[in-house]
Amino acid sequence: MAKNKRIDAPTGTSTVGHEWDGIEELDTPLPRWWLLIFYACIVFAVVYVFLFPAIPLANGATRGFLGWSSHGQFESEMAAAAARRAPIAKALADIPIESLPANPQLMAAAIEGGRAAFKVHCVQCHGSGAAGSKGYPNLNDDDWLWGGDLATIQTTLTHGIRNPDHDETRISAMPVFGEILNPAEIDSLVAYVRTISGQQKPDAASARGAVLFAANCVVCHGAQGQGGRTVGAPKLTDSIWLYGGDAATLRRTITYSRGGVMPRWNSRLDPVTIKMLAAYVYSLGGGEAAPQVAATVAAPVSPAAPGGAPAAAPADAATATPNVQP
Amino acid sequence: MSSLSDLTSPNSPLYQKRKGVYPKAVDGFYRRLKWAIMIVTLAIYYVTPWLRWDRGPYAPNQAVLVDLAHRRFYMFAIEIWPHEFYYVAGMLVMAGIGLFLVTSAVGRAWCGYACPQTVWTDLFQHVERWIDGDRNAQIRLANAPWTAAKTTRRAAKYAIWLLIAIATGGAWIFYFADAPTLLREFVHGDAPSVAYATVGVLTATTFIFGGFMREQVCIYMCPWPRIQTAMLDEKSLIVTYKDWRGEPRTQGLKKAATTDASFDGKLGDCIDCDQCVSVCPTGIDIREGPQIGCITCALCIDACDKVMDQIGRPRGLIDYATLEDAVIEKAGGTAPPVLKTLLRPRTIIYFTIWASIGAAMLFTLGQRTRLDVSAQHDRNPAFVQLSDGEVRNNYTVKIRNMETRPRVVTLAIAGVPGAVAWDEAGSRATAASTMRVRVPADSVTKVRLFVAAPGAGPQRTPLTISATYEATGAGRSEADSVVANFERAKPIEEEEE
Repeated sequence: MAKNKRIDAPTGTSTVGHEWDGIEELDTPLPRWWLLIFYACIVFAVVYVFLFPAIPLANGATRGFLGWSSHGQFESEMAAAAARRAPIAKALADIPIESLPANPQLMAAAIEGGRAAFKVHCVQCHGSGAAGSKGYPNLNDDDWLWGGDLATIQTTLTHGIRNPDHDETRISAMPVFGEILNPAEIDSLVAYVRTISGQQKPDAASARGAVLFAANCVVCHGAQGQGGRTVGAPKLTDSIWLYGGDAATLRRTITYSRGGVMPRWNSRLDPVTIKMLAAYVYSLGGGEAAPQVAATVAAPVSPAAPGGAPAAAPADAATATPNVQP
Repeated sequence: MSSLSDLTSPNSPLYQKRKGVYPKAVDGFYRRLKWAIMIVTLAIYYVTPWLRWDRGPYAPNQAVLVDLAHRRFYMFAIEIWPHEFYYVAGMLVMAGIGLFLVTSAVGRAWCGYACPQTVWTDLFQHVERWIDGDRNAQIRLANAPWTAAKTTRRAAKYAIWLLIAIATGGAWIFYFADAPTLLREFVHGDAPSVAYATVGVLTATTFIFGGFMREQVCIYMCPWPRIQTAMLDEKSLIVTYKDWRGEPRTQGLKKAATTDASFDGKLGDCIDCDQCVSVCPTGIDIREGPQIGCITCALCIDACDKVMDQIGRPRGLIDYATLEDAVIEKAGGTAPPVLKTLLRPRTIIYFTIWASIGAAMLFTLGQRTRLDVSAQHDRNPAFVQLSDGEVRNNYTVKIRNMETRPRVVTLAIAGVPGAVAWDEAGSRATAASTMRVRVPADSVTKVRLFVAAPGAGPQRTPLTISATYEATGAGRSEADSVVANFERAKPIEEEEE
């Protein structure tokens, strides 16, 4: 092939010696600097192979003299991130949860941390938007079984609900009324519950149900069916139903009872993560202010809060927040 | 593939060494024009970051600042936010069309006069002449053995180049931070490492590209010459050697005066003095015709005009001319005036497009609001059933206050009967259809908006969220609104279980 090389007259450059359908290619020499850079790249590649993991072997790759690995880099970056978060984690550990709303920056950090933890630990039951499903409460709404202020949510998260192996867990049990009342009585109770929740008009059945309700249900659900948070008894007069407010579901609920279980999280998560989760759930729209009783109880408990006298907290919240209500 | 002798054979070298280019100093109209352009462009580059512009207490006072950290671009009275990046895109489109315009009219004028590679190479060559002397001295020095004198000269030259290179790289970083502060930090060693890295890289590229790569950047590395060559047409002004006037060449005046029969009395004006080649910064011979190595710096025009003056011939043997002019002049005609060449449909269309984009941008710049509201409706869940039968929807509302002072705006909802709104600081008890939101200067405020409305209603209702600023003292009243959906459950049959 080299034999066919010839000098191209117009350019004075040699051809490569090939010819394709009359088309020839000029053998224009490379600029020297280009060639030097090419050689430099080869040298770089050789040096790289020795310094970094490069050659695949049966069990992993060669180590490289620098000892770098992507796992090592990941771990150091995670450690650096944890170190960066350490001051906030410390502040969150120190602050009583009732004082969190008075500290908007810390509250925002807690909500974001809680959002991330929720995606890992809670979405399996409560859904990724915390909207729940049948039997699993919607955490966005304003209806709470055990209470919706920060401290109560934190307690619920820490100890769980109806957790069999834990003494401090929230516990209550609805009787299996199928063993106590006959089906006709249960139907009357269903009619009454649907009446007080505004789903049907009062009739003879609901009047019979009212008597049964007063005898069997008011201890937990209250005289007006307003619910009881000390035992996690749902409010029966509102529009929100954990299992369903239709007649068939109510009949099933009364006959066989219900008793949802939530794990206690103090065995799996650290207190700061639980605090952040509580803040996140609180922030979803249904969060309640701390009840007056709880506030007065909390006051002596929180002298550790740096300058955060609970009495001053609401005033701080009003001035620190950018939003001014008309 | 090939033997060692192939690699070393002089007939087929594997690589080509750069041929030294030692452009000779020249004086003339175009050289002076280049001086002026160099002074202006370098002055713009070095001085711009140090200009101040008062924007009040909430914004930086640097006239031109690309604040990457805070995602703001300041240019005198104009402040560009990231979502207004289309102004930058518009400027790039204008730059592109401007390049078409300039190229179709006056060829590679960008390459010859304004390109940083040309300007800095020119500057470096002046330094070279100052240290080493003009062309002949430079060639002698290049071929001389490495004596103490040569080493000294080289060291001096490289030192000055390096200083220029450091100043070049150093000036760049001041566009991205407050210049006086950054300079102080830089000198004290407190500047961010990216500043040092940027200065290092730009110093290296300036030193290497301006000192050593020079025309090789234009010929091998730069895509511009290819693009620009494709945009030239027969009516573009390019540096032209008028071969019909210059050929056949004569070797000097004396020989030109002889009555050699072979010339038949038709002697060209070119005396083959090679001055045009000597002054060329890319080392080409313009007499070979238009070529990619020619950056149209026009220094050969200056050199040739001087020679034409000396031998008593008319100037312009090498001159700006179009390919069409060349054909006319070759046939003995007179080329049309330059102005007529410049004003033709193609250049007028380019100019019209260019100017229209500029005018449109200026217009929108004058019309744009400095208050902006956007809303994102929570999708999961889309709505929340409340215990009293009402339905709540959640929105993430972002209010952009693009003025450099804090403002209190009124956030209002409309369109859903009976709807009330509150935010994270409020509660349903204090809900209303409007709320006041304080938005800090030059920033975005995120408001978590909860809207509750009666549960009975259509599955989807448009909800208008508006932000209004009522001017009390300074500034003008502004308003912006966005339409989001308010959703409710789809009316369904009684559930089975």
